[in-house]
Amino acid sequence: MSIHAEAIRAPDVANFEQSDNVLVAEGLTKFFAGFAAVKDVNLSVRRGSIHALIGPNGAGKTTCFNLLTKTLSPSSGRILFDGDDISALRSSQVARRGLVRSFQISATFPNLTALENVRVALQSRFGAAYHFWRSLTAVAPLNKRAQELLEQVGLADSRNVAAAELSYGKKRALEIATTLALEPIVLLLDEPTAGMGHEDIEPITRLIKAAAVGRTVLLVEHNLSVVSNLCDRITVLQHGQTLAEGSYAEVSGNPAVISAYMGGIDE
Amino acid sequence: MNPKLIIILVAAALAIAAPFFVYPVLLMTILCFVIFACSFNLLLGYTGLLCFGHAMFFGGAAYITGQILKTTSISVEVAILCGALAAGLLGLVIGQLSIRRQGIQFAMITLAFSQLVYFVLLQMEFTGGENGMQGIPRNPLFGLVEVRDSFSFYYVILALSAVAVFAFYRIVHSPFGEVLKAIRDNEARVESLGFDPEKFKLVAFTLSATMAGLAGAMKATVFQFATLTDLSWPVSGEVILMTLLGGLGTLTGPMFGAAIIILMNDHLAGFGEWALIGQGVILLVVIVLFRRGFVGEIGALMKYLARRGKKPSAALVTAKPVVEQSR
Repeated sequence: MSIHAEAIRAPDVANFEQSDNVLVAEGLTKFFAGFAAVKDVNLSVRRGSIHALIGPNGAGKTTCFNLLTKTLSPSSGRILFDGDDISALRSSQVARRGLVRSFQISATFPNLTALENVRVALQSRFGAAYHFWRSLTAVAPLNKRAQELLEQVGLADSRNVAAAELSYGKKRALEIATTLALEPIVLLLDEPTAGMGHEDIEPITRLIKAAAVGRTVLLVEHNLSVVSNLCDRITVLQHGQTLAEGSYAEVSGNPAVISAYMGGIDE
Repeated sequence: MNPKLIIILVAAALAIAAPFFVYPVLLMTILCFVIFACSFNLLLGYTGLLCFGHAMFFGGAAYITGQILKTTSISVEVAILCGALAAGLLGLVIGQLSIRRQGIQFAMITLAFSQLVYFVLLQMEFTGGENGMQGIPRNPLFGLVEVRDSFSFYYVILALSAVAVFAFYRIVHSPFGEVLKAIRDNEARVESLGFDPEKFKLVAFTLSATMAGLAGAMKATVFQFATLTDLSWPVSGEVILMTLLGGLGTLTGPMFGAAIIILMNDHLAGFGEWALIGQGVILLVVIVLFRRGFVGEIGALMKYLARRGKKPSAALVTAKPVVEQSR
């Protein structure tokens, strides 16, 4: 897979002043039938960083992630994006503001070609999405950008292949191209290397690094070697609560984190 | 010449010549159900919505068009369009109320609404209740041309059907259609890309209801009566059968499915109840052996053959240095 880091377009770098933290969670809590999956979590993601959310199984990572992307609504607490309270917004609304997520199960549109997958995403900012009376030439202007995005993730040759027929690694790459089509300010990746063999992990890691240029990335990740060579900051969750936050060196030296991971092995 | 264009021209020629050889009323019935099946395919095949009450639009439009023709001198094509628009309006209202539900819940809610429409129309004076609405006239086309005989009326129905099929094709191959297919494939992902899937589904539902209404309105003018049968749930079931038989989500499959079912009903009519058993057996065979439906299976076979034929040359093409792909 070839990646052109410099070619992946950065969103307005000029907007980088204001606050240091682009995404902030305050007292985030989520109950499922009385059980607190996430309890009073505070989290701040620095602008321009690659931030990981880790923790043993059942620590509430995915719930926390789904709350931040508004796939779930919090029971209490609030989420600030660029200083604005987004707690009450729908996931499609936060996506339009530039907070765009990926999914753990590779989320492509299997019956659409690679190019169409990316073009659908480009359509969300194009304004012809409801035009049922026009032919597809109406979205032809998007093809060039879609092709560029496919090239960036190394899928230029697969543009006319149905997503269902792509290999697992290529599906993940296509998903990243689709997500980048929205020019996200914050990219939220749910276990980007889940289910991958090590031969796929390396290219995906490079892809994420390239995509992170000029934007902020928050990811949930199991693979600690990926976390260590990709992420600037780490939040560790356990039992739905924040256990530690800091750089990899700080966090990995934290005795509470070590015991959580050691104790969490058989969970 | 473009092979697609040749197919379209041949189909057009056949359709124009057909009433010289086949009973026009049978042809018109097929066309009505072809359009009805297209409308259903737009929802289930291209949006992933299973509506189990599509008969309410089909039968509802039939009564409205019938009533317009019986009580006014509005020309027949305008009356048909009014029926279709009324069905679209009904679709908009019912879509608003049901589109938030997914899967089987959506199917059940639409079924409930269609039963509601059934009983409301049963009670209303103008529908003639159990007796149905009889003697719907075919007012002159554009207020000028007499179309009382079936032979000339066939061409009116053919023209309306051609427009409807083109509209269906256009919707499926539009920027909107591309988003619909994405919703069918993965709704949560579409939402995460900043779209409101519910709005798209509502527009699709309204368009589909309008098209189903067009089919029902045409049927009322073909048979010159409208009955409660057109509103009943077995009709909603039959259109599902037609769609699955021909091939869900294929452009032409449900059209063939509709034609096959109507022809079968026509040929097996003499066998009474046995016709239903025949239908059931055929459906079972299709579900078990041809899961993509007739047209879907043919398409898959062609794709398979094309790929087998292409393989050696494809290897040559990829022999040039390309970006290396892991796995």
